[in-house]
Amino acid sequence: MAYSKVLMDHFKSPHNQGTIANADGVGEVGNIRCGDIMKIYIDVDKNDKGADYLKDVKFETLGCAAAIAASSVLTDLAIGKTLDQALAITKDDIVKVLENVPPLKYHCSILAEEGLKKAIEEYKQRKN
Amino acid sequence: MKQIYFDNAATTAVDPKVLEAMLPYFQEHFGNASSLHSYGQTAQGAVDEARDKVANYLKCKSQEIIFTAGATESNNLVIQGIVNYLSQNNKSLHIITSKIEHPSVLEVFRFLEKQKLAEVSYLDVDQFGLISIEKLKKTIKSNTVLVSIMYANNEMGAIQPIQQVGELIKKVRTERGAKSLPLYFHVDAVQGLNYLDCEVDTLGADALSASGHKIHGPKGIGFLYLRAGVKVRPVNYGGHHEYNLRPGTLNVPAIVGLGKAVELVKNYKNKNVIKIKKIKEALINDLKKIDNIRFNGPENGCQLPNIINVSFLKAEGESILMMLDLAGIAISTGSACSSGSLEPSPILTAMGIKPEWSHGSVRVSLSKFNSLPEVKVFVQELKIAIAKLRKMAP
Ligand SMILES: Cc1ncc(COP(=O)(O)O)c(C=O)c1O
Ligand code: FES
Repeated sequence: MAYSKVLMDHFKSPHNQGTIANADGVGEVGNIRCGDIMKIYIDVDKNDKGADYLKDVKFETLGCAAAIAASSVLTDLAIGKTLDQALAITKDDIVKVLENVPPLKYHCSILAEEGLKKAIEEYKQRKN
Repeated sequence: MKQIYFDNAATTAVDPKVLEAMLPYFQEHFGNASSLHSYGQTAQGAVDEARDKVANYLKCKSQEIIFTAGATESNNLVIQGIVNYLSQNNKSLHIITSKIEHPSVLEVFRFLEKQKLAEVSYLDVDQFGLISIEKLKKTIKSNTVLVSIMYANNEMGAIQPIQQVGELIKKVRTERGAKSLPLYFHVDAVQGLNYLDCEVDTLGADALSASGHKIHGPKGIGFLYLRAGVKVRPVNYGGHHEYNLRPGTLNVPAIVGLGKAVELVKNYKNKNVIKIKKIKEALINDLKKIDNIRFNGPENGCQLPNIINVSFLKAEGESILMMLDLAGIAISTGSACSSGSLEPSPILTAMGIKPEWSHGSVRVSLSKFNSLPEVKVFVQELKIAIAKLRKMAP
């Protein structure tokens, strides 16, 4: 098993790592048995056309290199997108950026996808 | 960047003296040890010499050493071999092992159980990773034919009370008398060979497995000590080599290397143990300064001098491994993230260690080729990695 250079770059210097104070939504996902935890923070604003979009996305992750890199890629993909566009992001989009993710590590990208969905859901629930 | 290799329980570097001993047997003395001509005789002579060296270390007869392709094969040969031999004339056999054995023992037991060739008992271990002699005593039944216990554990270094097991088995055997089923004691001594007393009579072992590459010898070679009189059915067929128990042209250069490696262990064991213990002590003292950690495994006396298993809360093991690798340092981890099954290390789990601690567990395993200055660099890099990962964790 070997990780791609892109994956290692994200692992070494992850993008958008940290928290957002007073975030509009937070999605926490994880696998209790194996111990991985991922937390996605979103800051939602209105764009020029008046639609909700992700002004900022940040992550905190306790997990393997693939999970940290997937979180980093997810934030890159999500920032600037409208909520509908962001909800369409899948693990495959993340895996594509990371290149050659070992099959055993797909679930780490799924974690990132689910984390964002959960954060957006939470935002929507709060709004209603 | 200077490389630091702290993963010697996985494999070790070949000692230059071992390599030197092996080299002539690739091109100059390349004969088949089974051939009658002088090429063959030279090869056979070298094999005999290596066999003597191993026997000399274990204080057994040379004819009791069978060369194999490594401990995995030795374990399979002795465990399958004993059960397959005895099951020819006996309906219900019972065999015992522990929950923390290497897969090359555990999986063989599971296979025999699944095939209904034997009933299996898997002994629990305590929080330090040690089996209980009392429990073993209660587990042995009148149809128990094999007890297989590892000398020292590869993940957290627990040294099992092998001599006491040996004594217990001898006692049970005497009580049983000559006419009943035999009861054999097998020891997987792969991790112990380098550092512990391996005289088979002292241990009371009827069989003992080891591998060359864990003792600065070559990979793909090992041996099985099998006490004279212990009957096993071979796993492979196709030649008269190794007393009809392990067919196939002998790997002469590797056997020569293994013999040399064992000789070096015998001659320098005490010196190496003292050196490695010093490095380990320094390492433990430095690690203790990091907060939210725990050491896994027994206290000093019952742990191999070269293994430390330590857990960091809120830092995942595979990530620690990768970060250290970027700094040129090699270690290993028991984290679920790095296991094929995504389950935490079964060994740490058997010791009752909670998943959140297994998640951040790393194994540091030393050898005679390590040094004190490496400890400083390692701890420095480790602290950076832990701090970075903890900062990233929720
Ligand atoms: C305790 C133990 N037993 C058996 C083995 C198997 O040795 P090998 O891979 O050389 O066959 C190992 C090495 O991984 C081990 O640590
Ligand atoms: S986070 Fe556990 S395998 Fe990736």
